[in-house]
Amino acid sequence: MQKQLEKKHPLAIRWLHWINFPLLALMIWSGMLIYWANDIYAIRIFGYELFKFFPAWFYETLGIPFRLAEGISLHFFFMWFFAGNGLIYVIYLIASGEWRAILPVPGSFKRAMFVTLHDLRIVKKLPPQGKYNDAQRIAYTGVIVMGAGSIITGLAIYKPLQAAWLTSLLGGYAWVRWIHFWLTIFFVLFFVVHVVQVIIAGWANFRSMITGYDIADADAAETAIKEVETA
Amino acid sequence: MSEKDEEVLVEKVRELENAKRSESRGEGPNTAVILNEKRELSEAVSAGEAKRRMFNRSRRTFLIGGATAVLGYFGYSWLRKPENFYLFERMFRFNENVSQAFFESSDLAPEFSRELAGARVNGMIGLGEDFNADEWQLQVTGLTDPQQFPQFSPSMTFTGEDNAPRSLDTPPPPNESVPGLLFSLEDIKRLPRVEMTTELKCIEGWVQIVNWSGVRFSDFAAQFFPVLRTGEIPDLHRLPEILTKYVSLVTPDRGYYVGWDMQSILHPQTLLAYEMNGEPLKPEHGAPLRLVTTTKYGIKQIKRIGRIEFTNERPADYWAERDYDWYSGH
Repeated sequence: MQKQLEKKHPLAIRWLHWINFPLLALMIWSGMLIYWANDIYAIRIFGYELFKFFPAWFYETLGIPFRLAEGISLHFFFMWFFAGNGLIYVIYLIASGEWRAILPVPGSFKRAMFVTLHDLRIVKKLPPQGKYNDAQRIAYTGVIVMGAGSIITGLAIYKPLQAAWLTSLLGGYAWVRWIHFWLTIFFVLFFVVHVVQVIIAGWANFRSMITGYDIADADAAETAIKEVETA
Repeated sequence: MSEKDEEVLVEKVRELENAKRSESRGEGPNTAVILNEKRELSEAVSAGEAKRRMFNRSRRTFLIGGATAVLGYFGYSWLRKPENFYLFERMFRFNENVSQAFFESSDLAPEFSRELAGARVNGMIGLGEDFNADEWQLQVTGLTDPQQFPQFSPSMTFTGEDNAPRSLDTPPPPNESVPGLLFSLEDIKRLPRVEMTTELKCIEGWVQIVNWSGVRFSDFAAQFFPVLRTGEIPDLHRLPEILTKYVSLVTPDRGYYVGWDMQSILHPQTLLAYEMNGEPLKPEHGAPLRLVTTTKYGIKQIKRIGRIEFTNERPADYWAERDYDWYSGH
């Protein structure tokens, strides 16, 4: 069978994606160094504490305690690069038309449910999809919205006087800090699912995010016509 | 066959194929088809040739990517060297400049109902035992012509043992006798009393609503700087020469010290407070007089003020010497 090289990801998307990876990691890491100084959040059901963010063994293993100043200096250094990279990414998506590949479309939420059921091996049928399936569309758009949310809530806790209107709009300082924290947890969850899916999808898929290309089966009909013509 | 016919034929066959594929799976129309997603495909080649081309591409991009990753790793390691911490301090300074460019003294933090006020004790540095509140007087230095004021004193010194855990690279400043002004608590209380119930935000991340009573720092400073007497904060971006750039505040024993930019300390929500939640300040909260604000974290809201110095030099700051942000502004 004939093969074709297929361009999957533009150069800019690949650079922005891979630059974002260490930047987001640094923001999360420094965020944890800061959060440690007042680690008040937990998952509670009817007053019963299911999970505390974070248990002592977690802090000890990662060497987090007593690094608040370091966390702050890192967080307020790399915030510019994280936000800048994200902003360029969004501008590029809009300008290049790449947004069409990741924005949810009518019916995406319903189909995404089936994609999820398929990925969990509950149903066999996979809904039709383009470059990305509908679960991916929702996830990739969602993570951009989360990034924007982190920047906005971050600003509201960074400048609660100069951006007092924003802090109040989002429910006040303590609430915004809570939202900022949970957005981070969802970033981590996104990351875990993303990596698992990339591993499942296999090498060729991963390689395409680095090289931009993948090998595709040539279109049978087109090849047949070409063969007829040349004959 | 004309070129146009060819195109039509290709399109027809492709549609047919797609329809067949979808039908055989019992699916609706393909999302890619609905959205008219374009695929970018190279010419069709043999499987071996495709693999070879892919390998060449991969080798190039993996080398570039790998080199970038290595560069990033070494760049980060270099940045994190202790001797390069000044780069983080520069970024703090950059952030400060950005923040100052947008600073408006009309921006106010929200006030809360008096019933929500509480207390939380945190930070006892500079609050040594050898302190007599009855003998306390507030010292003011750094004024160009202090003799003109009735509170003038030719000689003032810090009192008490300086036993703060000072960072190694900053020896304690010499306790030399300096001329300046001396104020009693009664002098302070004669200024217009202001009350506010605001959130105290700790750099650790917690907030505590507290009710404060005291005088605006701007009202206090107006005694020495006539430009402040109108009650309006001058545009400090345009008139920097009227006032000093900074204010230094130090505990009587020099154990704790903070540096402030003039913009933030003249903000209407920056008070010299002598009451907390309707009662005189307790020693652990900074009696007899402390600074409170909505413009900065708690680390800047010095308790038990001993000396206030107006200066154009960026003042030393206890926590900035321990790698925190000097500005720490909101």
